[in-house]
Amino acid sequence: MSLKNSPWVMHFDTGSCNGCDMEIWALLTPYYDIERFGAINAGNPKHADVLLLTGPVNKKSASRLKNLYDQVPEPKVVIAVGDCASTGAPFQDCYNICGGISTVIPVDVFVQGCAARPEAIIDGFSKAIGILEEKRSGRHGSERGDKVAGAENAGIQSQAGHDSGRGER
Amino acid sequence: MSRTMIIPFGPQHPAFLEPINLSLEVSEEKVSSVKVNIGYNHRGMEYALALDYKKTQYLVERVCGICSFHHSSVYCQTIEAIFGIEAPERAQIIRTIFMEFQRLTSHFLALGHVAEAAGYESLFMRSFAVREHIMRLLNRLTGSRVHYSVNIIGGVRTDISAEGARDILSVIDEIRPEVKTLRDVFLNDVTLVHRLSGAGKLTLDEARDWCAVGPVARASGIKEDARLDGFAAYGKIDFQPIVREEGDAFARTAIRAEECIQSLDLIEKCIMIMKDGETSAVAKKLPAGSSYSRVEAPRGELVYFLRSEEKKLSRLKIKTPASVNVPILASILKNASLADVPVIAASIDPCICCTDR
Repeated sequence: MSLKNSPWVMHFDTGSCNGCDMEIWALLTPYYDIERFGAINAGNPKHADVLLLTGPVNKKSASRLKNLYDQVPEPKVVIAVGDCASTGAPFQDCYNICGGISTVIPVDVFVQGCAARPEAIIDGFSKAIGILEEKRSGRHGSERGDKVAGAENAGIQSQAGHDSGRGER
Repeated sequence: MSRTMIIPFGPQHPAFLEPINLSLEVSEEKVSSVKVNIGYNHRGMEYALALDYKKTQYLVERVCGICSFHHSSVYCQTIEAIFGIEAPERAQIIRTIFMEFQRLTSHFLALGHVAEAAGYESLFMRSFAVREHIMRLLNRLTGSRVHYSVNIIGGVRTDISAEGARDILSVIDEIRPEVKTLRDVFLNDVTLVHRLSGAGKLTLDEARDWCAVGPVARASGIKEDARLDGFAAYGKIDFQPIVREEGDAFARTAIRAEECIQSLDLIEKCIMIMKDGETSAVAKKLPAGSSYSRVEAPRGELVYFLRSEEKKLSRLKIKTPASVNVPILASILKNASLADVPVIAASIDPCICCTDR
């Protein structure tokens, strides 16, 4: 069983202008077709592995975003699609905006662009699949580490390695 | 005794592309009352737009990604009236061409959404496949798929070359048979007609009471279209709006399907009447004044009001078509069965980023 072959996505719009949302919908349709990676658009957070998020987070949707994030089972990967989702620009000074997605929940992959191009989203998505696989094996590693005496340090080190790798991305 | 309960629909729901919350009071399977809860997409656009008048041109396209060109066109139209200048004829025609292309992409999105909500997955895929041809054409012409950045105050920044015009005509020739096929499917397919006919009926009087605009109003028998004003180049090309009488989800979908063919015709007419010439007029210092104007966006009439002081904007008010049409959901969802809610909501073509701004 590998998550790599069926990373189901859930899309949520936290206040975007619809530009990136349209490109995400273009991804699901024949020309870009991310179903070839095994990705299906899941409406239910409990079925999802990858969160595709668009738009700056506004004050009303922040709590809903947190709620959705908590419902997605581990391991999960968060992709912030577009410049707004990454930093909040150009709305970051507006009275109703908290900022980018990372101000509310941790983000694994940032996709650039206003609006983000489908090719860029696919690139981000393929990175996300790698991270998902890493997280899954990482979690298994630490579980083994707990059980087997003497292997704890190795487990912690590998976990830290993953974290720093993610920070650079 | 019937039991009533409240079912929340959204803000995250597979049937909606965007965050909107409907509180449905349901007795058995029938919806007895609806509360529409918006604001999940409010960014404070009007505040941001009036902050810095030089950034407004960039930001105004980011109000909505689906009708970005209509927003920037109406903004330019309004501020040109304050400047007291008029865009040259060639610029007006180029604006018309891009407005019609964006109407096509928006209508295919709406049609695909209705097909998907009705459970007709293959039709959704085919609508989006046609749409992709137009997106790629626009990418070739302007360098962007969503926000074209073509408009500037006084005209347009991007000219359509002879090569570009040939490209447009060849793409239209290529997609026209497929668009016609799709229109015939939306108008005649037994499954869709049965599913959509009679769903979410909005009578002529109700449409007037709710001040419906765009395809929603035209589907209820109101001959209302801002393109009849003749803004941009619409006065030079023969244009008559498509009107139907039924007022249900089927009529709204049928109007959009027919308008796709009409848009292709309008673009061809624009290319025919395009003459060589200037593409922008010079705009100097912003004078004090106020103005308002409107265009027909894919979802209906889009109105901008601007007030300027010396060299800066002091107020910018936007009235979007979706902010008028979305509250109508509270009326047409009443007495619908719960299973029809996604289809009826999609047939209005709600655009939440326009509604909330």
